[in-house]
Amino acid sequence: MSSSEEKKAGFLAIELDGAGYENLATAVLAAESAGFHAATFTDGRVPGRANALQRAAFAGPVTRNIAVVPEVDTVYTEPFHISTQLASLDYVSGGRAGWIVTAAESPEAAAAVGRSSVEGAALAHEAAASIEVGRRLWDSWEDDAVIRDVATGRYIDVDKLHYVDFETPSDFPGPGYSVKGPSIIPRPLQGQLPVLAAASLVGEGLVPADAVDAVLVSAPTPELLAGEVRDVRARLGASVAIVVELDVVLDARGEAAASRSGSAEETGRARFIGSAAALTDLLDSLLQESDGVRLHPAVLDVELDELSRAVLPELRRRGSLRAPIQDGTFRDLLGLGPAENRFATTATGAGK
Amino acid sequence: MTRDIFQPSGQIQFGIFFQGVNSGTIWKAPESGSQTDFESFRRLVQTAERGKFAAFFLGEGLRLREHLGRPHALDVVGRPDAQTMLAALAAVTTNIGLVATQNATYNDPADLAHRLSSLDLISGGRAAWNIVTTDNAWTGANFRRGGYLDHADRYRHAEAFVETAKRIWDSWETPSGPARRVLHEGQHYTVDVTPLLPRSAQYRPVLFQAGDSPEGRDFAARQADVIFSAHPKFDNAVEFRRDIVARSVAAGRGANAVQIMPASEFILAATDQEAQDKKDWVRSLQIGPQQAIAYLEQFWGRELSSYDPDGPLPEIDPVVEETSETRGSGFHGAKARQLADQWRAEAKDKGLSIRQFVTSKTARVDATFTGSYTAVADHLAEYARVGAVDGFNISPWLVPTGLDDIVNHLVPELQERGVYPTEYRGTTLRENLGLETPVRSEEPARVR
Ligand SMILES: Cc1cc2nc3c(=O)[nH]c(=O)nc-3n(C[C@H](O)[C@H](O)[C@H](O)COP(=O)(O)O)c2cc1C
Repeated sequence: MSSSEEKKAGFLAIELDGAGYENLATAVLAAESAGFHAATFTDGRVPGRANALQRAAFAGPVTRNIAVVPEVDTVYTEPFHISTQLASLDYVSGGRAGWIVTAAESPEAAAAVGRSSVEGAALAHEAAASIEVGRRLWDSWEDDAVIRDVATGRYIDVDKLHYVDFETPSDFPGPGYSVKGPSIIPRPLQGQLPVLAAASLVGEGLVPADAVDAVLVSAPTPELLAGEVRDVRARLGASVAIVVELDVVLDARGEAAASRSGSAEETGRARFIGSAAALTDLLDSLLQESDGVRLHPAVLDVELDELSRAVLPELRRRGSLRAPIQDGTFRDLLGLGPAENRFATTATGAGK
Repeated sequence: MTRDIFQPSGQIQFGIFFQGVNSGTIWKAPESGSQTDFESFRRLVQTAERGKFAAFFLGEGLRLREHLGRPHALDVVGRPDAQTMLAALAAVTTNIGLVATQNATYNDPADLAHRLSSLDLISGGRAAWNIVTTDNAWTGANFRRGGYLDHADRYRHAEAFVETAKRIWDSWETPSGPARRVLHEGQHYTVDVTPLLPRSAQYRPVLFQAGDSPEGRDFAARQADVIFSAHPKFDNAVEFRRDIVARSVAAGRGANAVQIMPASEFILAATDQEAQDKKDWVRSLQIGPQQAIAYLEQFWGRELSSYDPDGPLPEIDPVVEETSETRGSGFHGAKARQLADQWRAEAKDKGLSIRQFVTSKTARVDATFTGSYTAVADHLAEYARVGAVDGFNISPWLVPTGLDDIVNHLVPELQERGVYPTEYRGTTLRENLGLETPVRSEEPARVR
């Protein structure tokens, strides 16, 4: 960005996997009152980890402003179920739901459902197909399909419901399939939930950039993140929002971050280790390059405490962090306009 | 020996069945709320919890019903995913059970078992699965597998599915692990999984079953904790209990192993007369003129909109050989013309118009309790005394206020009669239903 532009204000997301399922309400409320704009919920086969979408659903009614964004696998789960579950999440959170699309190589997940393992570029094709099914089903009811017209006795206007008739493309690498539709739930409150995916899953020959609303960008070190953001932006174009991934270990409770970071697992993400003040500077600059940053705290309670006391207030003071959007949707947060419906007869374009 | 003799508990409990897609929920009244907004669900579940209801049920259908080849327009349609909604409701409740109707055909066992475990943990041990089956290829069109199951295989498939799920839930050596690997190699799917979630406060989700064929009843007698039955009228309920007790004993599970909660509808008021008037009003809103015609159309297989709903049944004959009820409901069989003749004769005999006739055939005629609070309470106390049922699963005809009169007036009457709980026994569904702790299956991982 050029120096003549005004300072940008971005958003912050926090990954809540560390809250487990027992302290979920406390954790998500703490994140909301700290000023985080979104809470994300990791999924995947880890002992003791409850289903991410259900944790997000539980978090919905206890909060008011924070977006709730689960990871949901696209390879070994049914696209029809995913679509209706996510639409339901949007209802229970009052329009604050999103979807982090995952498509990980997982022989264990394949064996659990009796399928052969999907690898390489085929993973992205599975993801792309699931996203397409999900989005078509969300649009399969027009916004005003429920008419409750007493005079004619009609609860719905059948002309505003649509079969999605999805077929996997002819070059689909795995066993092809079809989905008929329409959805079993009316169009979600946001019309279309924002769809996020790792930048590595998106691009030519992978998930098409116009199928997602935001990408999650990782780099090996905090220093390399800004450059990676620019590369991804150049590769995918300006229409996709960019969210930077960052592990954080902070000086906290009288202990130096460096001594707390000892046994950290390998995550593939940049890891910041240091003081709240140094993190504030780093986030300040990252929020100028990107639309938002997702923080992965080393120990949720400990880091969340520091972040809410020392980091977020200072970022707000500097004008680099947005105020929470009162009663806003996740689309509002990402700056997405109203989602046009691909089936609506009045639609003017092919909005996602 | 006494295990084989049924002992009535002397109590009844209530569940609420939020049906979603159905023709009984009135959407035309000014007080009819949204069928999808979270607020409707929150209001109903919190009212139920105030009334010490044991459980909150959500129905499921995985394809929209159709009428004459298009989505059916006249009834309430469109509902949230059961487990997602229940996970959210877990956050705003503390004791009530959360029952998800989930299809055994269009889910994968390891995935469904994992999600139900999740719901069970998130809710502190309040989750249940209402097992339903469908084999129709029409629903399968929404899934990767497509329609892959024969009608005859439906319950064999469901049984293997449920046994696999139970083995997944039982795979824990101690409450927190480690889990043993579960293998199942069957005709329709292979499962090879090491479970990831610990057992819940109630060990594993409670199992409900809804389905009424002899195969369905035997399946329930072998596998379920509670049957969501279709027989609420007193004599039928007693007969159904006898049948289920016999099947449970034959299955080696003891006479009291399986509880019974029939589907039901309550139309109540201060006096019997007011309740009767209310019933007429409810029925007129449930079965409007268009609903009456559409009901016949599904059996006639043709458009009948030129017929007067307040006139006699159509004299023209059905165009189909076999009837096909609005797709998605569970009716099969009778020859269409024969049925039409029979119905015309019946309507003529009783002097009923189309609308009156259809009203007499639908709207949960057999499932309705109409009367004053005291009269209905007396009647229900009789069910409790003989142990005809363990409870009733109530479908409210209004959302979200449909439980208010039940909780405010009927529940206190039942509590005074000592046949309804005044407090929750515990925080898990299993405790609140008075079910025994499940015996953990000791079978080793096996392949079959
Ligand atoms: C009281 C009751 C409620 C039911 N609710 C559902 C439901 O919500 N979703 C569904 O797919 N099937 C539902 N069913 C249908 C059953 O799962 C089953 O498919 C049907 O009864 C046919 O099985 P059967 O031949 O054993 O009776 C219900 C059945 C009964 C008796």
